[in-house]
Amino acid sequence: MKFLCVACDEAMKFVEVADTAHGDTFSAVFGCPRCGRRIALLANPWETQLVRSLGVAVGGRTTPHAPFELVRERLANSRLMWTEEAEQRLARIPEFVRPMVRDGVERHARERGYREVTSEVMDEVRSSMGM
Amino acid sequence: MKTYRDIVGDGGSDIAGQVARRQARMRARMAAVASTLAVMSGKGGVGKSAVTANLAAALAMRGHRIGVLDADINGPCMARMLGVEGQALTLGAGGVTPAVGPLGMKVVSMDLLLAPDAAPVEWDAPAPPQPHVWRGAIEAAALQEFFTDTVWGTLDFLLVDLPPGPERFPGLHSLLPRCDGAIVVTIPSGMALLTVKRSIASAHSLKVKLLGVVENMSSYLCPRCGAPQPLFRDEGDAGRQALGASILGRIPFDPRIARCCDQGVPFVLAHRQTQAGRAFMDIAAQVSGLRIAQEEGR
Ligand SMILES: Nc1ncnc2c1ncn2[C@@H]1O[C@H](COP(=O)(O)OP(=O)(O)O)[C@@H](O)[C@H]1O
Ligand SMILES: [Mg+2]
Ligand SMILES: [Zn+2]
Repeated sequence: MKFLCVACDEAMKFVEVADTAHGDTFSAVFGCPRCGRRIALLANPWETQLVRSLGVAVGGRTTPHAPFELVRERLANSRLMWTEEAEQRLARIPEFVRPMVRDGVERHARERGYREVTSEVMDEVRSSMGM
Repeated sequence: MKTYRDIVGDGGSDIAGQVARRQARMRARMAAVASTLAVMSGKGGVGKSAVTANLAAALAMRGHRIGVLDADINGPCMARMLGVEGQALTLGAGGVTPAVGPLGMKVVSMDLLLAPDAAPVEWDAPAPPQPHVWRGAIEAAALQEFFTDTVWGTLDFLLVDLPPGPERFPGLHSLLPRCDGAIVVTIPSGMALLTVKRSIASAHSLKVKLLGVVENMSSYLCPRCGAPQPLFRDEGDAGRQALGASILGRIPFDPRIARCCDQGVPFVLAHRQTQAGRAFMDIAAQVSGLRIAQEEGR
C-alpha cells in the first residue's frame, strides 16, 4: 500500500505510528514531503491482526525480533515460556517445592502481563515475598 | 497522476526489507539442516504421524541427527508420540531450545506451547469477517517461527509432519528456502488412492523430489497363523503403478505401534525385530541412501 498526494502528484512518506504496538487497532501517519499535508491510515482490529500475523510492521519495526513472538503473543491458551537462566535457577530449588514455586512465579508473571519468565521476574517474586 | 508502479519504495515502512530480513533469518537457520523432508498424506488417520515418529527414530538409530517439526498446528501429536510431552520449551540466547526426546531427537510442536489442560488451539483474534483467511495467515506465521526461531543446531534430517490433505504441501513449500524431499503416507484402499494421487501431483508440480509412498496398515498378522492378511480391499499393483511413485515400504497393522505412540516410546526402538520394525528400518535405510546420493550429486 502506498499513498499519493494527489495535489502534488508526490508519494507520501511514513511519519509515525500513533497506537501502541499491542493495541487492537493501529494508525499510521503519512505526510507529503512537498506540501506537508498529513493523512492517517486507520486499520480496524481485523486488518491490524492480519498485518501482524504477516510478521511485518507498518512504519518499520520498533522492537527487535523475539523468538516465537507471534505464537506467544497470539495464542490465547499458551504456556509461559521460561528463559534458560530462569529454568536453571528453578532447578537449584529443592525438588519438593519446585512445582509450587513454578506456579507462584507464573501466576506473578501472568498477573503483570509478562510474556516470559526471566531471572528478573524471579527476583521480583522473591522480593515480593520478602525473601 | 502517478500510479503504484511509478513510486519507488513504500514511503518508509520497508515492508519488503522486513520480509527479506525474516527470510534471511530462516535461510541462516536452515543452512545447518542437511535435508528437510515433508511427510504428507491425502487423508487424516492413515498413520502419517506414527510413520513420521518412527521414521525419525529409525533414522536416529542409524546415527543421524534428527529434528521433528510438527506442522499440524491444530492436531499436534509429536510431543506425545516422541515422549516429550510435558517438557518445556525454553528461551535461550539464539532462540527457542527444542524439547529433546529419545536418541537426542529434537522436537517442536504446538502441544509443547499449549497450556497442559488439553484445550484446543485458540488464537486471540477479533471476530473477523473471514476467520479462515486470518487463521491461514497466523498458522503460516507460526510455522515460519517454528522453523526460524528454533535452535535446531546441525541436523542431518528435519522431518516435517504436515496436517492431512494434499493442499497443505504447497503452503509449507512456499515458506521454506529448500525442501529436499517428500514422503506420502497412505493406506491401501481405493478411497485413499485417489487423494494420494493429488499429493504426488503436488510434489511433482513443485519439483520436489518424491522419495516414495509408505503404505501403512498394509496388512495385519493373523493372530492364529501369523501370516499377513490384507486389511483393506487392496486395489492391487495396477492401482499402485498408476500412482507414478515408488513404494518406499509397507508397514503392517500392529497394535503395538498404537500403544507405543500413546506411551511416547518409538515403536521401532522398542520392537526393532518385528515385521513392522524391520519395515521402518528399511525405509530409513532408503532415505539415508537417497540423501547420500543427493550429496554426491551436488
Ligand atoms: N501400522 C499401524 N498399526 C497400528 N496402529 C497404527 C498404525 N499406524 C498408525 N496407527 C495408529 O492409528 C492412529 C492414527 O494414526 P496417526 O499417525 O495419528 O494418523 P494421522 O497422522 O495420519 O492422522 C494412531 O492411534 C496410531 O497410533
Ligand atoms: Mg497426525
Ligand atoms: Zn502534497
